[in-house]
Amino acid sequence: MILLGELAVRFTVLSMLAVGGGATVLPDMQRMAAAEGWVDPVTFASFYALTQCAPGPNILVVTLIGLKVAGIPGALAASAGMLVPSSILAYGAASGWARFRDSAWQRMTAAALMPVVGGLVVAAGTLLAEAAARGWLSIVITASVAGASVLTRVNPLWLLLTAAGLGAVAL
Amino acid sequence: METAPSIRELFRGFFIIGMSGFGGALPHARSLIVDRRGWMTQAEFAEMLGLCQILPGPNMVNLAVVIGRRFQGAPGAVVAFIGLLAVPIVVVITLGLAYRTADLSPAVRGAMAGVAAAAAGLMLGTGLRIASPAARRPAQLAIVVLAFVLLAVLHLPLITVLAIAIPASLVAQRIDPA
Repeated sequence: MILLGELAVRFTVLSMLAVGGGATVLPDMQRMAAAEGWVDPVTFASFYALTQCAPGPNILVVTLIGLKVAGIPGALAASAGMLVPSSILAYGAASGWARFRDSAWQRMTAAALMPVVGGLVVAAGTLLAEAAARGWLSIVITASVAGASVLTRVNPLWLLLTAAGLGAVAL
Repeated sequence: METAPSIRELFRGFFIIGMSGFGGALPHARSLIVDRRGWMTQAEFAEMLGLCQILPGPNMVNLAVVIGRRFQGAPGAVVAFIGLLAVPIVVVITLGLAYRTADLSPAVRGAMAGVAAAAAGLMLGTGLRIASPAARRPAQLAIVVLAFVLLAVLHLPLITVLAIAIPASLVAQRIDPA
């Protein structure tokens, strides 16, 4: 029980530091998991790769850490700590945001956020592309998928499936 | 143009987003919410995502809560959260239990590499779509480039990037108002 509580509390603290998104605390998470003797850095990297290949947001890497530490109850405690308190906070903030709908400062803030968000998501894609690059074919896949997703409204799942098939025979 | 989703549609939508989220759920969220279901415009989606990025916590989970709340209040937020996460958590736990003994074949490793490359492409495409209104406005385009360089080239922590880029963007707006 003490261990489950500790998992929930430690991941809650981490989620409150995750300003900008889950990816921002990955280095801290890796350090914490190693320092507590929960998961060594190599296992952490393989856990992260596993969540990338699984459905759902990649933040579910915390589920795997909890699972390794304390089985299924640990997986649920770590996930709840990482996901629930920040969601409640987001709910409150969104209510506040809606209350000031159409005020001048909010329109200014929203307009100022848009180019920042665009730049950040392009940057995130670039970092993912660097990590995924293993030869010319993977670069061609990344570039053509980016092109197709900008120019068409195709369901992204078809692009992923095609890439999985190509990868299975040629990567 | 915009059609507000019901509780059931919110659950279904975020369930699909969660189940599709290989390599990250955000591109699937934008594609479903803006392109395929028309729940909100590109600009409104970008605004919600921006709000979620300045809040602590995983962006995609925050986005589910904020969008669920926007259309159906607290029940909407709860069903979007559960729709996004319930089944993926079960899948991840199952994979985690199997992974200890799994020995992956080269074809599976190749398919995983293909998915990783495509997922990067999806994220790039999503960013380009969100950034596209800035292309016609030099001051905004400069902010897109600034945020990109700070994160992807200089590898600064995201919280530092936000602390620099958001004030810079407010100044850019003063210089070149819409």
